[in-house]
Amino acid sequence: METLEPIIAGHPFFQGMKPEHIRLVTGCAANVRFEPGEYVGREGEPAHRFWVIRQGRIALEIHAPGRGALTIQTLGDGDVAGWSWIVPPYQLRFDIHAMTATRALMFDGECLRGKFATDHELGYEMMQRFSHVMLRRLEAMSLQLLDLYGDHVGGHD
Amino acid sequence: MTDPARPPAERGAPEGHPDPRFARVPQAGPPAAPDPMRPVRWRVLRNESETHDTFTLTLEPAEERPPFRFAPGQFNMLYAPGVGEAAISMSGRAGAADRIAHTIRAVGRVTTSLRARRRGDEIGLRGPFGAPWPVALAHGHDVLLVAGGIGLAPLRPALLEIFDHRERFGRVSLLFGARSPRDLLFAREIETWRGRFDVDVEVTVDRAGPEWRGTVGVVTTLVPQARFDPAGTAAFVCGPEVMMSFTVRELERRGVPHDQVWISMERNMRCGLGLCGHCQFGPLFVCKDGPVFRYDRVAALLGVHEV
Repeated sequence: METLEPIIAGHPFFQGMKPEHIRLVTGCAANVRFEPGEYVGREGEPAHRFWVIRQGRIALEIHAPGRGALTIQTLGDGDVAGWSWIVPPYQLRFDIHAMTATRALMFDGECLRGKFATDHELGYEMMQRFSHVMLRRLEAMSLQLLDLYGDHVGGHD
Repeated sequence: MTDPARPPAERGAPEGHPDPRFARVPQAGPPAAPDPMRPVRWRVLRNESETHDTFTLTLEPAEERPPFRFAPGQFNMLYAPGVGEAAISMSGRAGAADRIAHTIRAVGRVTTSLRARRRGDEIGLRGPFGAPWPVALAHGHDVLLVAGGIGLAPLRPALLEIFDHRERFGRVSLLFGARSPRDLLFAREIETWRGRFDVDVEVTVDRAGPEWRGTVGVVTTLVPQARFDPAGTAAFVCGPEVMMSFTVRELERRGVPHDQVWISMERNMRCGLGLCGHCQFGPLFVCKDGPVFRYDRVAALLGVHEV
């Protein structure tokens, strides 16, 4: 029977992961599809899942009173959505919203956390990979905060 | 000063022009080597709004002069009479030109004054100055252009030149980031470029409301997904310095060596000749040695505060 194992092993997020670890995470994975406009998750909801995007585009949004949904970042092919499942209190920080028809691999965070409790090496490996995702996202948001193209830029005249 | 005895066509400055710098335009006589410090009169042919704070000024010569030639990435000193000069890159097709386009962001006194110029108005121009994008060096290679904000303007002549000789290059990609959807420069032209099969165009904005259906995030986040061969790519990067530094970091992660990356620096340029020192950048002068630098030649200086 065809499993998700080769698909997961071939995804950039899992690149270089030991085959035995790939097998373990595959046991917590499922193929999912989202329609354009569908909410994958809402801010404040329990975060028991994460998604690895195979194809499509999703938005991370914050709702601001009086301003509606503000997109803070979009994610596409090869990106990972959702890291709140790995850090207590396991609560989504943003709305996650499919902008286009999106195919993804969904991972059950509770299932994985259970495996981490007995396989610390797997837990460390995943924590490292998610730290990298968080670091990159923090870096990108720092640049957004700098307002790179604001009125303070240039103007040597 | 102007000589009222000469016919008007031979005089450089309009009679009674309030700005004495125009009066320094040489009178008719044997051709002399052009003085790079002397602005030449050019006339506004068009002034078109690009976004809420940017515009494209297309100029034609207001006096007889040899054909104007420039290479992609070079800049002119545009002189708004009575206000001052600003260094502005050309944004149109390079080569010999009797019309020159400059896409400008109105942020200071000179650029705000230039924005108010209408068809028929005259301004001064010195140039072209500076080192261009090394487009010919990219022959046979992939080309990646990464632009942030108004940084797309100096890259546009390079992209147009690549389009003119498309068969000489490998895969061509343009990654463009702007502050918000309303700040997207050349929006209609970008749509045309997106429709071409021989260039990958990705656009992102730093912030957007629900009406924006495109990518949100800084331009550096586009680099990991861009399609190019890291070992055989020439990367041209133009935008705010922080954006360029982080872009180079992403290119490093993709395996692009520093000697295959060129950046365009911005400093307070005055003379355009490396004489006045206003744009000194360590041992270099941005106006003369740049503005386009190969990254490995300036990498150490970029990390130094207040250089």
